[in-house]
Amino acid sequence: MNESEARSLLEIADDELILGWRDSEWTGIAPLLEEDVAFSSIAQNEIGHARALYELVAGEQGTTADELAFDRAPEEYRCTRLVELRLLDWEKTIARHYLYEQADAARLEQLKQSDDAEIAGLAAKIDREEAYHRMHAQMWFDRLKDEPRFTAALDALRPLLDAGRDEHSPELAELWVEMTMVRRSQPAGTAW
Amino acid sequence: MVTAEQVWNALAEIPDPEIPVISLVDLGVIRDVGVANGTVRVAFTPTFLGCPALEVMRDAMAERIRELGAEPEIEVLKDDSWSTDRITPEGREKLRVSGFAPPAPREASAPTLVQLQSNVFRCPYCGSTDTKLENIFGPTPCRSLRYCPSCRQPFEQFKTI
Repeated sequence: MNESEARSLLEIADDELILGWRDSEWTGIAPLLEEDVAFSSIAQNEIGHARALYELVAGEQGTTADELAFDRAPEEYRCTRLVELRLLDWEKTIARHYLYEQADAARLEQLKQSDDAEIAGLAAKIDREEAYHRMHAQMWFDRLKDEPRFTAALDALRPLLDAGRDEHSPELAELWVEMTMVRRSQPAGTAW
Repeated sequence: MVTAEQVWNALAEIPDPEIPVISLVDLGVIRDVGVANGTVRVAFTPTFLGCPALEVMRDAMAERIRELGAEPEIEVLKDDSWSTDRITPEGREKLRVSGFAPPAPREASAPTLVQLQSNVFRCPYCGSTDTKLENIFGPTPCRSLRYCPSCRQPFEQFKTI
């Protein structure tokens, strides 16, 4: 794994971790019971993908998945602005889901072609699971595509995908406080 | 001195933590067992990467191997080598009898929503294929929810991976 591969795996891992947290915010309060189940399951998958990606990078860098996921400062995360936004309206949640799954599919397709067998193998495994997320996003897209509120949400959120990964919104820093609270409250060296 | 066969037999007695009717061997997650100098090396593939049962499976395997008097070494393979096609015929039948519809075979390309909405999925209770997709997602990442109008019974369908 070269440095640029490690960097792109870390970007994907950060996206999946943060989006996993955001998706899980619908657990218990989604507008439909089916969607409560769907977003909870999707969140679980995304965090599972994040862990596997962090583990792969951590093995190369002599650190651990937990350290990569939780011991960096908020400004060091490499996620896209799109995944940072907190508990969006439903049409925006679906718009984000659709935009994200499309972009994620394209980069997974590239990673599956990697010369590094570990990277290609993990990307193929992740892609098998993401196929169900894409199906879910497509189902909602087909249902909402003629709704002005939904198309406006797509237009508003699309630029965030390409807004770069160096600057983050204050919402990421707020999430970081929540996400790392338990870990930060333990003495250094605590085994998990 | 423990043999590979003894290890396979011991692993075949470990139930899946979420669906205890099926064992880890039935589930096809054990890829390889190697025995050398008192160490048992097990190559193990996760089902879904976010499945919380994975740690439970890994610990249960390590415990059984220690009971056989050997030192366990569990290697987790995170590639695309596990598929629901690896669930054994016995495993599929155990699932069906317990009300879980076994997964459809994997194809080269990923499954589509049109396939999930088609009428090829068989109700595990009455055998009708006139069943409807209720939700792509279910109680765990590996299952979808379907409904059978013939016997008016909801059931869980294993996702094809």
